Amino acid sequence: MTIDMTQFHQVFFEESFEGLGVMESGLLDMDPGAVEAEEINAIFRAAHSIKGGSSTFGFQDIADFTHIMETLLDEMRDGRRPVTGEALEVLLRSVDVLREMLTAVSGGGALDGALVLSQQRELEEILNGKNPAATADDGIDVCTEPAGPAVDGWHVVFRPLPNMMRTGNDPLRIIRELAELGELEVKGDISLLPGFENFDPEECHLSWDLRLRTAVERAEIEEIFSWVEDECELAIMPLPVDGPATFPDVDQGMESSDVTPPQSASFKATPPSPERRAGSDRRQSDRRVKERRTAGTAPANSIRVDTKKIDSLINIVGELVITQSMLSMLGENFRIEMLERLRAGLGQMERHTRELQESVMQIRMLPISFTFSRFPRMVHDLSVQMGKKIELKLTGENTELDKTVIEKIGDPLVHLVRNSLDHGIETPAERIAVGKPEIGTVELNACHKGGGIVIEIRDDGRGLDPDRILAKAIEKGIVKAEDRLSEQQIYELIFQAGFSMAERVSDISGRGVGMDVVRRNINELGGSIEIESQLGRGSAIIIRLPLTLAILDGQTIAVGSEVYIIPLISIIESIQVQPEMVNLVAGRGEIFKLREEYLPIIRLHEVFCIEGARATGPTEGLLVVVEGEGRRCGILVDELIGQQQVVIKSLEANYERVDGISGATILGDGSVALILDIPGIMRLANAGPELRLLQRTA
Amino acid sequence: MASILAVDDSASMRQMVAFTLKSAGHQVIEASDGVEALRFAKSKGVNLVITDVNMPNMDGISLIRELRSLPAYRFTPLLMLTTESGSEKKQQGKAAGATGWLVKPFNPEQLLNTVKKVLG
Repeated sequence: MTIDMTQFHQVFFEESFEGLGVMESGLLDMDPGAVEAEEINAIFRAAHSIKGGSSTFGFQDIADFTHIMETLLDEMRDGRRPVTGEALEVLLRSVDVLREMLTAVSGGGALDGALVLSQQRELEEILNGKNPAATADDGIDVCTEPAGPAVDGWHVVFRPLPNMMRTGNDPLRIIRELAELGELEVKGDISLLPGFENFDPEECHLSWDLRLRTAVERAEIEEIFSWVEDECELAIMPLPVDGPATFPDVDQGMESSDVTPPQSASFKATPPSPERRAGSDRRQSDRRVKERRTAGTAPANSIRVDTKKIDSLINIVGELVITQSMLSMLGENFRIEMLERLRAGLGQMERHTRELQESVMQIRMLPISFTFSRFPRMVHDLSVQMGKKIELKLTGENTELDKTVIEKIGDPLVHLVRNSLDHGIETPAERIAVGKPEIGTVELNACHKGGGIVIEIRDDGRGLDPDRILAKAIEKGIVKAEDRLSEQQIYELIFQAGFSMAERVSDISGRGVGMDVVRRNINELGGSIEIESQLGRGSAIIIRLPLTLAILDGQTIAVGSEVYIIPLISIIESIQVQPEMVNLVAGRGEIFKLREEYLPIIRLHEVFCIEGARATGPTEGLLVVVEGEGRRCGILVDELIGQQQVVIKSLEANYERVDGISGATILGDGSVALILDIPGIMRLANAGPELRLLQRTA
Repeated sequence: MASILAVDDSASMRQMVAFTLKSAGHQVIEASDGVEALRFAKSKGVNLVITDVNMPNMDGISLIRELRSLPAYRFTPLLMLTTESGSEKKQQGKAAGATGWLVKPFNPEQLLNTVKKVLG
């Protein structure tokens, strides 16, 4: 039978990466002074699984590398080796290397072979250098096969101990296996049978004298007995060619009732087992085919779903089917008296549909710990590198988010946490000088809020200095010196492209690429980002994200006969403006005053050239105040229709990309409504009518 | 064909073992640790148990010891999956009542041969 082993690779990679996460967080949590056995055990188990899987699925290099880590961990677990900070660091680095090796074989790019070798050497140094006994386990068995005279076969004396069958081993099976190797002559010995009254059906009192004429080596015979070598007396002797076999010493042994095996040289030799030899042969050939193998597997777009979620899905589908059949029975001979039952049935159907929708969405949901788990390591490494003392607090790791969002939020979060560590938290000396605790705190928190997810990165560092930011912005020409900006608006400046507060470019952050990219990434996910800060006390970055990318909470609005959807997340409020609130400003067009802010007005009917709009002036309709990419404006619409969840259909996949539109959806009455892309609309409106037309015809 | 309980905390190994055995026509039940396996084995009899050694909650050796102490499993073949360097584990496993072992890495053919051997 041939079984395609590559079908298990994806699962192996997934669990191995998970295992690496376990190892990493375990190593980070470990305190060299007070190590608990279970802590090391969990790390050991993860390494052990990776080793077992990688050797089974043909990734021998990974198995070899993990084997050294495993040996080290095993010795630590047994207390044979002290757990030192140095050893933990080496193990942590080895986890990184292992991750790269796994990424490489799972199709994620090239591997730095030299790095693997040097890390392997480092591990071996720890293993061999300070504890010479360490590799005893790895030693190659030196027991060599005696090159004896030509033999005709083997004479085997096999006497099971009474309890052998209690390990599930059947003497008959062993004899049958021997028979497969050649011509077998079997002589049973019933001399040790107890008296009938002492018979125990669970004990074995028989023994056998077996003569096997075969060309196989002794090792193969021993292999057959390997499972029972401690549960039997066994003697294997060569059958001389054509000679009658006489074995006086063994016969003596058989006569004695002593159950311990005679200590003769021919008993129980331990040559290298065939598996072991086969293993090393395979390893060599594996090295040869390494190049071919690494190109093999492309990562599949799979997702691991808790079976509970699938069960609930099946359950709901079952109920839906029952409700559906009830409704169709009702429909077959419907009378008006049945109206109430019809209503109830439809209500039930609606409930099940909603549950089904929620459950399906649940399948794509993953806990944010997938992203958060990388931070303890990162903070550990960076704080060592920067000479700062930082404690990382994670909360709400079980908050679930759409898989796509989880994947895409990682890099922006890394950037923000790095910023907090580098610019936010002060050095221990600075902190003590201003009366703060020496150890700085960075908090990462995720929670559900208002139908979305809020992720906060909060530190108790120096906070943002509005005066410095403003000065920098004026220096870079981003704002004019005479511009009056609120504190919040000043903070917003750091999201401008090319803006960097770092006076020196450090390794960690401050290369000027950053906050604008962070904001763009978050906006692309349909989210928003804002900053809270107190000079000297710390700052917080607050990211709001939708739960999923497939469904959106929308506000349906009407302009003329057209219906559009505005994402609820970008709406701040909807107002009716009075004539005195509206002003015309040269160069900026029509603006209105909302509390202390002046916001531009965008007439949707003009941007989209809709005829028949009822509200042609700002005071005739409603202004929906929206925010996108940090800018606000009021969008003029005829009326608000209602709020509803809409399923996003891609415009690009079904038609083509249209500026100002992010997608489409199908409304309850079957008609199509377009979903507005707020930042896109703002760009369109700024472009003016001529350019708009140009863009449309282009 | 036999009903076989495959126990491993590693999903990929478990899938490999289960898929191989199913391809040979066996009925396979999967468990991800000793506790789960024991619970299953108590509620429903199986003809053969193949278990990994290193597992959370209850390791393979404890599982073998527990199973062997159950009347229904006194003579059932219980195999453990060990690694090359696990001679100590083999001894512990034997002492707990294991029938034998299969050394990792093994290929599907080796697995089926071993299973055929113990099931007779």
